[in-house]
Amino acid sequence: MVREALDDAGLALTDVDALFASGEAMGLAEFLGIQPRWLDSTMTGGSSFEFHVQHAAAAIALGLCDVAVSVYASTPHSDSKRARSRPGGPGGGPGGGGGWRPMGPYPAMAWELPYGLRMPIGAYALAASRHMAQFGTTSEQLAQIAVSTREWATRNPRARFREPLTIDEVLASEYICTPLHKLGCCLRTDGAGAFVMASAERARHLAKPPVYVLGVGSAASHSIISQMPDLTVTATSVAGGIAFDMAGIEHRDVDLLMLYDSFTITTLLLIEDLGFCKKGEGGPFAEDGKLGPVGSLPTNTHGGGLSYTHPGMYGIFLLVEAARQVRGEAGDRQLPRCDVAVASGSGGVLSAMSTCVLGSEAAL
Amino acid sequence: MTEPARLEPPVTEEAEPFWDATRRQELALPWCRHCQRPFWYPRPVCPTCLSPDVEWRPSSGRGQVYAVSVMHRPSNPSMAERVPYAVALIDLDDGVRMMSNVVGVEAERVEVGMDVTLTWEPLSDGRHLPLFAPVV
Repeated sequence: MVREALDDAGLALTDVDALFASGEAMGLAEFLGIQPRWLDSTMTGGSSFEFHVQHAAAAIALGLCDVAVSVYASTPHSDSKRARSRPGGPGGGPGGGGGWRPMGPYPAMAWELPYGLRMPIGAYALAASRHMAQFGTTSEQLAQIAVSTREWATRNPRARFREPLTIDEVLASEYICTPLHKLGCCLRTDGAGAFVMASAERARHLAKPPVYVLGVGSAASHSIISQMPDLTVTATSVAGGIAFDMAGIEHRDVDLLMLYDSFTITTLLLIEDLGFCKKGEGGPFAEDGKLGPVGSLPTNTHGGGLSYTHPGMYGIFLLVEAARQVRGEAGDRQLPRCDVAVASGSGGVLSAMSTCVLGSEAAL
Repeated sequence: MTEPARLEPPVTEEAEPFWDATRRQELALPWCRHCQRPFWYPRPVCPTCLSPDVEWRPSSGRGQVYAVSVMHRPSNPSMAERVPYAVALIDLDDGVRMMSNVVGVEAERVEVGMDVTLTWEPLSDGRHLPLFAPVV
């Protein structure tokens, strides 16, 4: 994946002097046999790669590095198939080999785990429950987000699910954690992605037209869901404003929205928190299908985490699709015009949020 | 009906007074003496002002459901026999929010805004886990 990204940019491994990975940068540098002068293991879950864009942009601007690579690869789908084929099943209990840690990765989770919230879906289910009770958001409105996303996936030959989907099918799929239906939840696939960043001056002389980082903002509000101050407002309400201001853009300038869609409620919260509609109005906003291919606000054009791919930390795929659309490389799903793309990542359980505004030469 | 054993939280140093109180079926909350406010979860310092001057005061044990999700699949094997069960965030009248289960009612009937009151489930070592049930 690193080689593919470098080939795409027209660079070699020897050009790389900054390495980013969600938690494993030191070991990865050794694996690649490079000695970077900027090493960044920022791990905020799914939003890690939007944070990496922010950190790389700052480091490049300060002259602390020239060519940055961020990479992600994960195989949860194959891992669980292998685990199932072992005697004793996939684990799921102490010592069961399923990676189940009785008290979770953070000590504070001791205040949640005894109550049996299924993670991560349960945390998002709580947010959906609150949004529905507070604003009257309906299951049909949430389902429409999955339907619109699937419409895009039918145009992506690499999407996991490509058959059209209906609201009724979403609502008929089983409940795992109410009010979220199975088809309102992301996939569990294998996947990998990488990006290369360099200064605008250097990027102009490389193999492909550059995709410019016009603005980036990040913010974090909590780690565990019971500490989230308001389950209907994410820190994207802060991060998005920073990114839009830095980019100097208005909402009407945005040609493409790439929104983290671990669950339908995630997309809905991000639409609101980025200010595309008022808080609480995301349901009515999305219910006319405007996020889909015939809509006015193209969102998650590769089919998203709901229908394309979701290997765990999905944020890299927001950036890759945004770059493809800005470059006009998106095949059947290519937007007629894509000069400004917003990629907004969510990490943890709506915890650590980061928004990138990317654009073409015309957007500068 | 005897419920199967569930995941039992460890007793950390900062939470020892909390767990000791549960042995008497009392819900104690950490209060910052400087801010004169409770906070949740237990920490050695106040998350608002970082003061280490923390004291324990009894909770009213009353509150409202802030958000709820019914698990149709268990989070881990120890919860399998309880499915479906309601996991909720409870806004205590004292001014803190905590995760818990709402019991004593069909899980599907637990709603946001429902008034709830404290109840207890024994753990294996004499401690109790605070749960909530609808106010009748």
